Amino acid sequence: MSISVQNLTKRYKTQAAIDQISFEIKKGQVVGFLGPNGAGKSTTMKILTCFMPQTEGIAKIAGYNTLTHSIEIRREIGYLPEHNPLYLDMFVLEYLSFVANIFSLKNKRQQIDNCIELTGLTLERKKKIGQLSKGYRQRVGLAQALLHNPSVLILDEPTSGLDPNQVTEIRKLIRNLGEEKTVLLSTHQLQDVEAICDRTIIINHGKIVADKFTVDLKSDLGDNILIEIEFIEQVKLNFFEKIDGILKTEGGPNNFTINATKDANIQAKLWEEAVKNKLTITKLNQKTTSLEDVFKNLTTNANNP
Amino acid sequence: MLTILKKEFRSFLSLLIAYVVMIVFLLITGLICWVFPDTSILNTGYANMDILFNIAPWIFIFLVSAITMRSFAEERKNGTFETLTTKPITDFDIILGKYLACLLLVTLTIIPTLIYYLAVSKLGSPQGNIDSGAVIGSYIGLLFLAAIYVAIGIFSSSITDNQIIAFIVSMFLCFFFYSGFEMLRHITFIQDSPFGIDWLGISYHYKNISFGRIDTRDIVYFISMISLFIFLTKMMFSSRKW
Repeated sequence: MSISVQNLTKRYKTQAAIDQISFEIKKGQVVGFLGPNGAGKSTTMKILTCFMPQTEGIAKIAGYNTLTHSIEIRREIGYLPEHNPLYLDMFVLEYLSFVANIFSLKNKRQQIDNCIELTGLTLERKKKIGQLSKGYRQRVGLAQALLHNPSVLILDEPTSGLDPNQVTEIRKLIRNLGEEKTVLLSTHQLQDVEAICDRTIIINHGKIVADKFTVDLKSDLGDNILIEIEFIEQVKLNFFEKIDGILKTEGGPNNFTINATKDANIQAKLWEEAVKNKLTITKLNQKTTSLEDVFKNLTTNANNP
Repeated sequence: MLTILKKEFRSFLSLLIAYVVMIVFLLITGLICWVFPDTSILNTGYANMDILFNIAPWIFIFLVSAITMRSFAEERKNGTFETLTTKPITDFDIILGKYLACLLLVTLTIIPTLIYYLAVSKLGSPQGNIDSGAVIGSYIGLLFLAAIYVAIGIFSSSITDNQIIAFIVSMFLCFFFYSGFEMLRHITFIQDSPFGIDWLGISYHYKNISFGRIDTRDIVYFISMISLFIFLTKMMFSSRKW
């Protein structure tokens, strides 16, 4: 196991930031840590990177315990903290060589060059970090995390505040890195998870509410589907009552959203019924269930149980 | 540790802090020692450098505080503290690296004043008539004093993420440890107490050593003060783990 967390709890005074969470991440997995603000994502990452200790529980990275083998773990991981803090008055090369010195890398020059090329900083390498745009700063942040070729990468919101093109590039980069390394990244952008992560852990109020492969998670909205339908004519709600499998209908007078069971073959029945009643359907489509729905479902239900 | 030291010292240079500190220090001491008629060595009629060693501790109170105030306060504010402490480097190495970088800068600031020594010794009558022992003692004292100031400054910087607070706290602590205890002695009820409270102050030991008399008791005092503040900094550092 690359990362293993058992019953991890962190309490600030009496409030629990994370509460008895457990998960394990295998080598080479890319895992997305998803949750609303204040759910405990960053706290978990800070514990894993040995920035602060947990109140209870055990966290291990590459077999080392965070409480007893802090230095070994810090050699093993690459960490990009939230908000990507950097020394703005340093030059890109200067900063990377500083980080390389901390790790006392042997082939320093080569590692730095590799990293600069990998993160696409070649043109910016002689500039001051303070002069760079946010996207390039993010790359510098990633570069310092990758420099010593760590086996585990922990990235706290690597795509926040970037423009769509930059987001795509960073995602591609992480995706590529994920082929050899274990990556744990936090985000509240669901598209990130869909695009990069093999597996998603959703956390809310310090508890894990879902831990599944991203593919499974998407089909997990339950057995219900959402259908949007539009008629030319005005239709009364009781029109839908005749059809089997419809659970709930909202809207009107000619625009409806239908919540139905998945295998009831609702669309066909709707057409049939419409023809019978001489109604004209102008629009009929099934809303794809996105991760967003799953996310909303899981994180708002837990709010008011 | 060396990595941190190098990085810190480079940032002193690139942010022009080093140059400003050196210029300001030399300008003030130069003016006071040689130009202002009330205090000028030329007007005292004695070939000694007491005036430099009397004012230097006061100038250092604000100069050293200014050098050290950013060391940890800035890292905390920018969040680079988190990047740094999650690298494979011990807290102690970080503290020592920063401490030594600041101390190096202060030492480099003092070194040009050796010219004053040459000048005074040339002006002596007969030439070279200067109490070299006292001067050497004073320089050693001044270095130790600066070393305590830097330790105090580093500590003040570690208790806050606000540089101005770090600066002011550091100035106060430096002032208090330099001459506060000596002044407390003048309060009557303390004056009557059997032990000398001024022994706790830096100025007592600084004066002792500047006679050119290097006493182990003074050296022990200086080293324990430095260790105390570095230890306190280490405590503040680990406070994130409580």
